[in-house]
Amino acid sequence: MKKLKAFAFPYLVWMVVFIVVPLLMVAYFAFTDEEGNFTLDYIANVGQYTNIFVRSIWLAIIATVICLVIAYPVSFILSRMKKHQQGTMLMIVMLPMWMNFLLRTYAWMTLLGNNGIINSIFGFFGLGPFKLINTEGAVVLGMVYNYLPFMILPLYSVMVKIDKSMIEAASDLGCNAVSVLFRVVVPLSVPGIMSGVTMVFVPAISTFIISRMLGGGSNLLIGDLIEMQFLGNAYNPHLGAGISLVLMVIILLIMTIMNQFNPDDQVLI
Amino acid sequence: MKNRIISPLCAVLCAALLAGCSAGADTQEDSTAEETEESEQQTLTVSDPDYYTRFKGQDISINVYNWGEYISTGSEAGTLNVNAEFTKLTGIKVNYTNYATNEELYAKLKGGGANYDVIIPSDYMISKMIKEDMLQPLDMSNIPNFQYIMPSFVDPAYDPENLYSVPYTWGTVGLIYNTTMVDIPEEDIDWDILWNPDYADQILMFDNPRDAFAIAEIMMGYSLNTEDEVELTAAANKLKEQKSVVQAYVMDEIFDKMAANDAWIAPYYAGDALTILEENEDLAFVVPKSGTNLFVDAMCIPDGAKQKEAAEMYINFMCEPDIAYANIDYICYSTPHSAAYEMLDEETRNNPVSYPGDDYLNANTTIFVNLSDEANLLMQTLWTEMKSAENETPNRWLVPVFLLLCLGGIIFTLIRRHIKNKKDIY
Repeated sequence: MKKLKAFAFPYLVWMVVFIVVPLLMVAYFAFTDEEGNFTLDYIANVGQYTNIFVRSIWLAIIATVICLVIAYPVSFILSRMKKHQQGTMLMIVMLPMWMNFLLRTYAWMTLLGNNGIINSIFGFFGLGPFKLINTEGAVVLGMVYNYLPFMILPLYSVMVKIDKSMIEAASDLGCNAVSVLFRVVVPLSVPGIMSGVTMVFVPAISTFIISRMLGGGSNLLIGDLIEMQFLGNAYNPHLGAGISLVLMVIILLIMTIMNQFNPDDQVLI
Repeated sequence: MKNRIISPLCAVLCAALLAGCSAGADTQEDSTAEETEESEQQTLTVSDPDYYTRFKGQDISINVYNWGEYISTGSEAGTLNVNAEFTKLTGIKVNYTNYATNEELYAKLKGGGANYDVIIPSDYMISKMIKEDMLQPLDMSNIPNFQYIMPSFVDPAYDPENLYSVPYTWGTVGLIYNTTMVDIPEEDIDWDILWNPDYADQILMFDNPRDAFAIAEIMMGYSLNTEDEVELTAAANKLKEQKSVVQAYVMDEIFDKMAANDAWIAPYYAGDALTILEENEDLAFVVPKSGTNLFVDAMCIPDGAKQKEAAEMYINFMCEPDIAYANIDYICYSTPHSAAYEMLDEETRNNPVSYPGDDYLNANTTIFVNLSDEANLLMQTLWTEMKSAENETPNRWLVPVFLLLCLGGIIFTLIRRHIKNKKDIY
C-alpha cells in the first residue's frame, strides 16, 4: 500500500498547481482591487446581479429535474437489458458526446430558428411559426440535451449493480410494482441519483455558451456574466472573480445539502 | 465503480468546455515557405527594396495578432498571400494569430505572458491602451509609407499626435435589412426602425454595450463619447424600451441569421455587411442619415514587443500600395490609404456604403474614444441591468425558499440519524 502511494504523487502535484493555487488566486482577486488593496466592494457588488443568480439556479434546477425524470426510467430499462444490448444502448447514449459541444448546440439554433426545421414542419401543417429560440425554454432544452448523458451514466452504473433477486424477493413478499420501485430500487440507486444530479447541475448552472446561443443574449446566466468580465467588454477580473467565488459557495452549499440525503457511509462533503 | 465512471466523464466535460473557450481564438500559423511556390505568382514592387532586406538571414520572426479574416491570404486565385510575400521579401517569419474582439486582445495583453509585435486594435481600444502605457511610440522614419495615409485619418482623436498607430482600415456602422420584408423606402430608413413594433421579433441588436449605446445616443442627439451619467442612463432606458421588439442580442451570428432570413433588420459594420449582401440578394445595407459611428482599426506595436524594428517594417509593408490594395480588395472594408484607394475600381470607389464621401463623414460620423473608467463601469452596469431585466423572471423568492426547504431537509435527516444512532446504542 505504501508503495502505491507514490503513484498518487503526480496527481498531487497536478492538484496543487492547477486546482488549489488557481482557487486561491480567484479568492485573492475577489478580495482585492486593482492596486492590490483589500476590498469587499466586488463581493458586495455581486448583490446587484441577484436576479441573474436566481434565474441561473432556477433554470439549472429545472434542467436537472427534467434530466432525472427522463434518465431514471431509461437507466433502469438499460440496466435490465441483456449484456450485449446494454453495450450498444450505452454507446447510443454516449454517441452525441463524441461530437463537439459547440456544434451540438449550434445545431439546435438551426432547428429552433424562426425559419428552422421545426417551424417549417409546423408551417407545413399551417401552424406557427412559434417563437422557439431565444427563450428560457430553449436554454433549458440545450442544457437537458447536452447534459443528459451525465445523468444516465451514473444512474445506470448504480442500477446495474442492483441484484435482480432483490426485486424478485420484494415481489414475492407482496410488494406491488410501485412499492418495489420506491422501497427497493430508489433507495438503492440514491448514490447514482446524487452523482447524476451533481454532474448535471454544476455544469448547467455555470454554462455560458448555451445561454448565449439559444437564449439570444437576453437570458443572461451567471456564466455569461463571468465571461463578460474576462473576455467581454466589461473586463473586470476582480468582479469576475467575486462572482465566481459567490457561485462556488452557492454550489458548495447546494451540494452539501444534497449529500445529506446520501446513505451515512457515502457522505462526500 | 462510481468513481471510475466519473473521471472519464469529467475529462470529456472539461474537453467540451475547453473547446467552447478556445473556439474564439483560432490559431493559425502561416507555414509561409510552402505557400509561396504557387504557379501564377504576381510580381510585387515595393518602393525601397534595400530597406526591406536589412534583416535577411538573421532568422527573425515576428508575432502578428490580427482580427479573423482581416488580411489577404491568397486563398482565392490571383490574390496575394501578404504574410508569405513579406517573408519572401525580408526573410522575417510571420507568426499570425487571430482574435475576435478588442477586449479579447486587451485581456490577452493585460494578462501578461503574451508576446506580440504587431496588433490591430480599434480606435477606442487604442486610446485606452495609450492611456495605460500598453503601446510603444512608433519610429515614423522606419515607416515612410505613412505618407500614403489620407489626411483625414492622420492625427485622429484616439491618438491625437499620431505617435502610436497607423490606420489600417475604417468603416461605418449601418443597417442591414431584408428588402422583401421591410416596406419602408431606403431613404426613410433610420435607426428608429430598430424600435419599430411592426418588425417585433425580427430585429437583431449588437451584443456589446459600446455599439448598442451609440445607436441610442445618436437617436437622442447625444455625443457618442458622452460620459454624462444622465445621458447614459437615458440611453439605457431607450435600449430597455427596445428590448420587447428585439429577437436576439448577437454579434457574428448576424451573418447566419440575416442570410437565412431568420431576422429582417440588424445593425452591423459596413465591411462585413457587404460580405453578407453577397450571400443573400434580398438584403440591402444603408448608412442612416442621422449619423453613425466611424471606426478605425490601426496597426500598433504593444509594449514588450521583442522585434520593434521588424514590426515597423511589417507595418510599412502593409502600407505598400500593392499590399494595401490586396488587403482591402480581399476584406471589403474601406481603406485610409490614398494609393490603394486610387487602385480600386470605379464602382467600389463610388459605393456609398464603403465610401460615403468626406462631407457625410465630417458631418455625421464620430470616432469612438476611450471613456473614463467610471463611464465605462456605468455603461457596463446599465447594460447588464438592461439585458437581465427580464419580463418573465421567475419569482425571486423561489430559490431562497428552495434553499430553505433543503436546509429543513438536512436538519430533519440529521435529527433522524441522531435518534437512530441513539437507539442503536441500546
